[in-house]
Amino acid sequence: MPAGDYRKKISLSESGPGDAGKTGSWRIVRPVIDPDVCIPGRRNAPACYICWLYCPDGVISRSVPPGIDYQYCKGCGICAEECPTKAITMVEESSFIKE
Amino acid sequence: MQIIETGNVAAALGVKLARAQVIAAYPITPQTPLTEKLSEFIESGEMQAEYIPVESEHSALAICIAAASAGARSFTATSSNGLLYMHEQIQWAAGARLPLVMCVANRGVGAPWTIWNDHQDSISQRDTGWIQIYANDHQQIIDSVLKAFCLAEEIMIPVMVCYDGYILSHTHMPFDVPDSEIADAFLPPYRPPYALDPADPANLNTVTMPDGRPDVRGDISPGYMEIRHLLQHDMVEAIPALKRVEERFRSMFGRGHDPYVEPYRCDDADYIAVSLGSLSYQLHDVADALRAEGVRAGVLSVHLYRPFPDRIIAEALNRCSGVIVFEKALSYGYQGPLCSDIKSALYRYAQGKPFVTNYILGLGGREITTQDLYEALKVSCSPDGGAGEETRWIGLKIPAGGTQT
Repeated sequence: MPAGDYRKKISLSESGPGDAGKTGSWRIVRPVIDPDVCIPGRRNAPACYICWLYCPDGVISRSVPPGIDYQYCKGCGICAEECPTKAITMVEESSFIKE
Repeated sequence: MQIIETGNVAAALGVKLARAQVIAAYPITPQTPLTEKLSEFIESGEMQAEYIPVESEHSALAICIAAASAGARSFTATSSNGLLYMHEQIQWAAGARLPLVMCVANRGVGAPWTIWNDHQDSISQRDTGWIQIYANDHQQIIDSVLKAFCLAEEIMIPVMVCYDGYILSHTHMPFDVPDSEIADAFLPPYRPPYALDPADPANLNTVTMPDGRPDVRGDISPGYMEIRHLLQHDMVEAIPALKRVEERFRSMFGRGHDPYVEPYRCDDADYIAVSLGSLSYQLHDVADALRAEGVRAGVLSVHLYRPFPDRIIAEALNRCSGVIVFEKALSYGYQGPLCSDIKSALYRYAQGKPFVTNYILGLGGREITTQDLYEALKVSCSPDGGAGEETRWIGLKIPAGGTQT
């Protein structure tokens, strides 16, 4: 059986952004990083990255300060839970719609 | 090579000839000697395979699923409550479209405990998406195992090869062991259409949404319903596929049979007894006895139970006036599952519509005497089926009223 035919018969996902679509639309609360509290932001140097390590969807970058790809972030809140400095706040998405 | 061995050994020899690469199984009566024999083959170096001992049947099938996902030809075997313990993984293997083969040495299911034969174990797995083949003797067991791998790998659907516990699993019978070189030509090494590869990681059988979802390339992947629809489509396609496998087997080994049904004296039969497994051959004697009395009786053994070859079965039955289904399984609160399936097939395909009557017998190994079969079939070989179409039981010692007979 050709591989292409077989792959239509099962559910198979490959690593990479966008498998399951733009999952950012699932989000009801948005993680927002306060760069004045976040360790890399405060020190202006790569450090910590606990949020990057814990993010189950790989949408946080190891930049200064860390960035979040809201196209795919589902708003699970794990980053906010794990941040040792409580630099990440989960903000209701509805407050952004009003803006 | 002709040998005299048990049904379990016939199955083990079939798996060895198929060069299965991974075997994971948990012992359960009456399947145990099959897996013991396979572990002996591997221990002695006669067979090159990984034998993975496990703590349960659920783990056994989970390992086979993982091994097949990595591209290995994989086999397991079980019986009764062990098969039921696999149930979740049985459904998974079918949905994951993995070409596993499993032998089921048929045994009744608890409660109460029984270790003896009936068909309730595999019949209860009817709707899981596995192909089910029932063997009637040792030759059919060993041949069916080889054909099962061939069929499974062609259409990527797992196959159960079912045979009666004790009656076949533990009795000795002469049979021919296919030549290993011809078996290799019949069943070349498994080439998986997809196999897990650390260099190209993927996540298999991931969560689906009610609708299809875009993949990393933005193409729409099939959703749950498309995947399940294809399973049904391909199950139906397994009917002609099995015929092709059978024809190839016959051309290479010089023997074979109708892959769907095995008719005995059915051509001019007014009444046809239908059953699964070794019981069919016992019914041959009963048909002969009735023929000697001038009753035109025949026997139809059903080899392929899922996918159900309904048109073929209806064509085999539609010229007779009565169909009598003998079953070692029951859909509690209704009737024998094979009886329901046959009625459904006849409703669609048979204009004459023979009557269909149903006997339940042999549950938990209750002895089936040929005399009991003879009396039941003789009563039913009459224009109204003897006593209408109510499901009747053979061999009960204490009837429902409670009085011992």
